[in-house]
Amino acid sequence: MTGALLTISGLTKAYPGVVANDDVSFDIREGEVHALLGENGAGKSTLVKMIYGLVRPDSGEMQLRGAPFAPAEPRAARAAGVAMVFQHFSLFDAMSVAENIALGMEKPPRLRDLAHRIREVSETYGLPLDPYRTVGGLSAGERQRVEIIRCLLQDPRLLIMDEPTSVLTPQEVDILFQTLRKLTAEGVAILYISHKLEEIRALCDRATILRHGRNVGTCVPSQTTARAMAEMMVGASFAAPARAPHATGAVALDVTGLSMPAPDAFGTALRNIHLQLHEGEILGVGGVAGNGQDELLAALSGERRSTGDAIRLRGRPIGRLGPNARRDLGLLTAPEERLGHAAAPEMSLTENVLLTAARRQNLVSHGFLRWPAARRFAGQVITAFDVRTPGPETAARALSGGNLQKFVIGREVLQQPGILIVNQPTWGVDAAAAAAIRQALLDLAANGTAILCISQDLDELIEISDRFAALNEGRLSEAHATRDLSLEEIGLMMGGAHGMEVAHA
Amino acid sequence: MDLSSISPTLLLASLIVAATPILLAALGELVVERAGVLNLGVEGMMITGAICGFAIAVNTGSPALGFVMAAVGGAALALLFALLTQVALANQVASGLALTLFGLGLSALLGQGYVGIKPPPTGKLDIPMLSDLPFLGRVVFGHDLMVYIALALVAAVWATLKYTRAGLILRAVGENHDAAHALGYKVVRVRILAILFGGACAGLGGAYISLVRVPQWTDGMTAGAGWIALALVVFASWKAGRVLLGAWLFGGITVLQLNLQAAGAAIPVEYLSMSPYLITILVLVIMSADKSRAPASLGRTFHASQ
Repeated sequence: MTGALLTISGLTKAYPGVVANDDVSFDIREGEVHALLGENGAGKSTLVKMIYGLVRPDSGEMQLRGAPFAPAEPRAARAAGVAMVFQHFSLFDAMSVAENIALGMEKPPRLRDLAHRIREVSETYGLPLDPYRTVGGLSAGERQRVEIIRCLLQDPRLLIMDEPTSVLTPQEVDILFQTLRKLTAEGVAILYISHKLEEIRALCDRATILRHGRNVGTCVPSQTTARAMAEMMVGASFAAPARAPHATGAVALDVTGLSMPAPDAFGTALRNIHLQLHEGEILGVGGVAGNGQDELLAALSGERRSTGDAIRLRGRPIGRLGPNARRDLGLLTAPEERLGHAAAPEMSLTENVLLTAARRQNLVSHGFLRWPAARRFAGQVITAFDVRTPGPETAARALSGGNLQKFVIGREVLQQPGILIVNQPTWGVDAAAAAAIRQALLDLAANGTAILCISQDLDELIEISDRFAALNEGRLSEAHATRDLSLEEIGLMMGGAHGMEVAHA
Repeated sequence: MDLSSISPTLLLASLIVAATPILLAALGELVVERAGVLNLGVEGMMITGAICGFAIAVNTGSPALGFVMAAVGGAALALLFALLTQVALANQVASGLALTLFGLGLSALLGQGYVGIKPPPTGKLDIPMLSDLPFLGRVVFGHDLMVYIALALVAAVWATLKYTRAGLILRAVGENHDAAHALGYKVVRVRILAILFGGACAGLGGAYISLVRVPQWTDGMTAGAGWIALALVVFASWKAGRVLLGAWLFGGITVLQLNLQAAGAAIPVEYLSMSPYLITILVLVIMSADKSRAPASLGRTFHASQ
């Protein structure tokens, strides 16, 4: 179990204007879990794509078990024993589990035999899965199982996992880790990409850290602190969010008995939701993706109307009001999907500012746009939130995920909302930028804003929220003070109980 | 009005003939759309196939060769669309509309010398015994070969999409082209092949109008059949069996309203003429009320970025 499985030496890949990987070298041993760490844009994805044959390196070489390895396409990589579980699952919603798996195989057996083998593998590795279900109706954890089983059916020697736990409950993470340990015991090597440093410390044998496309060091995670690893990634030290003690005030937002049918076949219905949000507090709403997060945000923002009385803002029924009317009353929202929901991809940052801040920031007069004022406000957001962009005329699409996230959160924060609803405020954002966004939310709450933070990142909710509630199948649990809750209790609140047991082998 | 002049045998027999052009065109478009491409140029490819098939059949005297060249002509026009949308990444809606206008103009140009000529007759499939059966003989066994080819194509498309690996890959490309690309499938190649198949089918459908149904050449003779085929695909929820039902329904009402006109029904002719379009769409809208939905990548441009 000590021989090098994959040796990477001097891999370089440049795109116009940016060097994604610059002379990266390291090796992965058989039977180890090797972590690949780095901020957004550090070059992790490009590196992994080169190993999987999706991207060809400009220079450098790889060796798989001593033999030269240069896959021209994913098929060649798979044939050589390299399999990959993608960050954004590469699944087909309208097809069944078995069809999805067949698509990832070179020579799939007949569908019936395949279903049989899926059952076998899923029981061996404790990943219960029904081959005939349609993928569109599966939870994120189940979708990931589809991807993992697709890989396992090809007897991989190296399994690449890109941020596998970002959408899982703690219990699902445990099951995943058990599966991965079983695999490494059989000699399979795993290349594990994640932002979650505590997880890497628990699971990984070695870690390689990338910064700006270069390999800046290798460490043994179990003997390194999470903070030290984070600082290696960023290349500087940064402040952890600090919470100033402050009192919470009157009820700002009162939701009683909010129910709503599912918006479409793959959506979730909201069922009898009750919550009270006080001035100056952050209420964290956890839960696995697809349990009603997007629907809750849409109901609160006014994208979908409910009955008037279901939602009250300082006692005033607002359930029937649209988003603009709610913004006038001080209720602002920042949805999860950055491109296409929070921001219009092809429009400039100035235009994007106009879309939500026109009324509150007085950027329109008599139906005409006040461009200088809008540009100024966009500039303010860029400066205050350290958004790295050439200027306010840049198209939203041109910003990296982390920078655009800082921009869409900053745009709402600077409008001084009375109530702010955010969904996944730091999704896919690197450690330093995430810390900055969380700090901004904490500061806002300290000034009396009521904040509802929906997130799938439990560490984030534990760090910033005063009270915690969980969404499960469109139902919201009772909110409890976060500091009184253990991780175990949070997991149970998230309703992990269904489909979570390890299958009996 | 004299309803007794309408013979059910003749009605059913001519229903199948009337349905065949849109059946062929819709079947081709179904495959194209399942691969995630929206080709609005069906009308243009049909009329191009109609004139190509007509010209070749007249010049060679062989309707079979005419049909083959109609498929080639339709596919050639489709290749233009494929190059525009899959290689040059042009907008599919605009390219499709342009293709229809281009096809109408091109066919008028090619067809200048062919107005008023009669094409060689396409032979009926004459099976001894079977064709002589009362009723069934006329309705089921008395048609030309293209009718049976079209029906066989329905079964083939259905079975290919449902049971074969090629069909699975085609659906995967239409469902999520990024994921299909990540798994190593050639998205652009699959789509170009699907577009060519769609063009060939549309060409066959067009030639069936000019060689069998009418049979002669006039400018713009497809008269919106391509658009009905497009609508049929959507309202048939991208299912081959429902396309067949929709085509028969449309063909049936077309023939029935012609018969009613001839029988002197007390309904204004204009209402009768619009009825096939109205009723077909109405029925298919009701049928498509179930949960089935469009291929998720339909009409989206695929660009293999890093």
